[in-house]
Amino acid sequence: MDLFIAIFTGTAIAATPLIFAALGELVVEKSGVLNLGIEGMMLVGAAAAFWAVIAGLPMPVAILAGALAGAAASLLFGVLALTFLTNQYAAGLALAIFGSGVSAFLGRGFGSAPIDALKRIHIPLLSDIPVIGPMFFRFDPMVYFAILMFFVISWFLYRTKSGLILRTIGESPETSHAIGYPVIRIRYLAVLFGGLMAGLAGAYLSVAYTPLWVENMTAGKGWISLALVVFATWRPLRILLGAWLFGGMTILQLQGQALGLAVPSELLSALPYLATIIVLVIISQNRQTLSLHFPASLAKPFRPAT
Amino acid sequence: MIPRLELRNITKSYPGIVANDDISMSIMPGKIHAVLGENGAGKSTLMKIIYGVAQADSGEIWCDGKRIEAHNPASSRALGIEMVYQHFALFESVTVVENIALSVSSTFDLKTLARQITHLSNRYGMPIDPHRRVLDLSVGERQRVEIVRCLLQAPKLLILDEPTSVLAPQAVGKLFETLRQLAAEGCSIVYISHKLDEVQELCDSATVLRNGKVTGSAKPKETTSLELARMMVGSKLPEMRVVPSVPSARPVLEVRGLTSPARDKYGVALKNVSFEVHGGEIVGLAGVSGNGQADLIALLSGERRHADASVVRIDGKAAGHLNASERRGLGMAFVPEERLGRGAVPPHTLWENAVLTANRRGGLVRHGMVDRGKAAGFARDIIERFKVKANGPSSSAQSLSGGNLQKFIVGREIALKPKLFLVSQPTWGVDVGAAAFIRQNILDLSRAGSAVLVVSEELDELFEICDRLLVICQGQVSPPLIRTKTNREEVGLLMTGADRGNDIEERSEVAVQN
Repeated sequence: MDLFIAIFTGTAIAATPLIFAALGELVVEKSGVLNLGIEGMMLVGAAAAFWAVIAGLPMPVAILAGALAGAAASLLFGVLALTFLTNQYAAGLALAIFGSGVSAFLGRGFGSAPIDALKRIHIPLLSDIPVIGPMFFRFDPMVYFAILMFFVISWFLYRTKSGLILRTIGESPETSHAIGYPVIRIRYLAVLFGGLMAGLAGAYLSVAYTPLWVENMTAGKGWISLALVVFATWRPLRILLGAWLFGGMTILQLQGQALGLAVPSELLSALPYLATIIVLVIISQNRQTLSLHFPASLAKPFRPAT
Repeated sequence: MIPRLELRNITKSYPGIVANDDISMSIMPGKIHAVLGENGAGKSTLMKIIYGVAQADSGEIWCDGKRIEAHNPASSRALGIEMVYQHFALFESVTVVENIALSVSSTFDLKTLARQITHLSNRYGMPIDPHRRVLDLSVGERQRVEIVRCLLQAPKLLILDEPTSVLAPQAVGKLFETLRQLAAEGCSIVYISHKLDEVQELCDSATVLRNGKVTGSAKPKETTSLELARMMVGSKLPEMRVVPSVPSARPVLEVRGLTSPARDKYGVALKNVSFEVHGGEIVGLAGVSGNGQADLIALLSGERRHADASVVRIDGKAAGHLNASERRGLGMAFVPEERLGRGAVPPHTLWENAVLTANRRGGLVRHGMVDRGKAAGFARDIIERFKVKANGPSSSAQSLSGGNLQKFIVGREIALKPKLFLVSQPTWGVDVGAAAFIRQNILDLSRAGSAVLVVSEELDELFEICDRLLVICQGQVSPPLIRTKTNREEVGLLMTGADRGNDIEERSEVAVQN
């Protein structure tokens, strides 16, 4: 039972940064913009949050600093891709590399000492219930916040007019412009939101998940988030499930390594990436639903007609 | 009285052409004003300038006595100017009600809005189900959405671009009633059309454009259609040469007992469709959009295949199971309804688009390599033979106006000398000169021995060129009617299924509930 609880809670925690980053990217891509730079924005967010903790700032401020740093990094991408109409693939890749370099540079002064991790909550009575308590009521606040963001973003995209505008801009910015919506401004907001969320994901990694500074500590989670969005066929619920699948596989392979399975640990480490992608490829086979959710203008530069 | 809209000396240039050259006109409140002109005459550009999608290089726009400066579509809508585009401004992935909600500035209450749409669309005889996705709507149904969207805004000035092209005759009458009623309520209407009889029936005044310039103003009700047409075309109109057909003994296209489920939940199931088309004749398929034309044409062209190969025979060979390319191998050529995206790849050049369907017959590909010289030559031949206004074979498909691209696509298929020619909406949104030209070429092709099936929602067109007519209604195809022995009333009744005892009103209800 303890092992089951450990796997369950471990899964929820490992999935949290992916949920943040992938949901953020979902909003960006739904507006028709492809920002490949999640890995870079996450690293910048991680470094900024870690720095804030070392500097003695309170934890909420540190996490906010991470989010804002991610947004600042995304603004660089926004200016390149939206104002100067640079190729979005190139601008995104540049951001990924840039973020990795900047975070490594900032991290030189961080030392190798761990910090005090983000505190887990303790709700009197609820957290003390056997089994249920440790499974549901003893996480740090960010785990709950990630799930809250899932509901907020699903509601926003499919229930609000703003969400509808965002989705239709992703399908046809020309038509949106023609009926009078400020396409570029809305895309900027989407990109900034994606940056905030990636920054949050990074901050979660450095102040909660592994409260320790290691260069390139995101270890490809930004890229996996990107793949999650695509293979989840641009649907929030599938992103959530995909993130949990990835988190679950991560924890399982760690348990496998601990048990000393006769499989090279490198292969086991690759398992979550492989399993997530295989499952998502299988569920994304239906062309018709794909065409309904795919933002048709994704990665195409748009300049309003004059 | 102050004009609702006044244009003073509007000029707009694009690289290489002057789209609008010193255009002035004015429209009074409650009047219906026609803008007539050929493709490339500058009508669309002028409408974009009025609506604020594009800005004029010089000139002034006045609305209700106030000058409009640096406006955009949002500010135009705030002024009460609404526009129904020729290429619809609809998002395919979302529903009708969501599309309309995007241009309604009031609260985001989809339930109330859906009720309003149902109510308004029924009142004006254009029933639409507000919860369907635009993706699944036919061209005609999409136009209804556009019109209803504008009507919801209670506009002061409504711009309509070729609005009747896809409507059944009965619906055109209904639309005109709507427009007259709107005008009587004080709304001004700018009506772009190439159908002179409609302009004469509906419009109070007209401005005629040619090559970006105003070539005349007229009171259409007091002017003959010949005079109007001359102002538009600038020369004598081509006259259709219809020689009697000599049908081949054996049919080239045979459809036998074709039954098929709808392609999706909004498609129409086909019920036991049988007909044949002989070489040397043109058979027309009439019908109000959304009655199964899309499903039928997909099954004939090979976009959709049928498990039973023998339901479709091309040149005697069972072809129901073949894909589009294999059917082209049997001598079929096909012009789809959507020019951009299905008929041509928009950003690609004309010669590349020519290669796409002509590679099999034109000898343009050798050992897997495209012979660029030959391909460009082939494209150039089409451009010359079919009088396509284009900047040579290397211009992109999307840079051509609708009518010119259509001439190119039809020309590309005709140049292959097909045994069987399927063409869907050959002159949709195409002006009178180009339409006559396309029809003449289709006629010439058939008289040279090809079997031609024309799917069109324009009865006039079908009556002009077809030898026999079929009518499709709710997935069922009528027995063939000989063109010279039938009339519009008979076909119109078959189109609405009135012969089967359900009148239009009932059908509308069904369409709404769906």
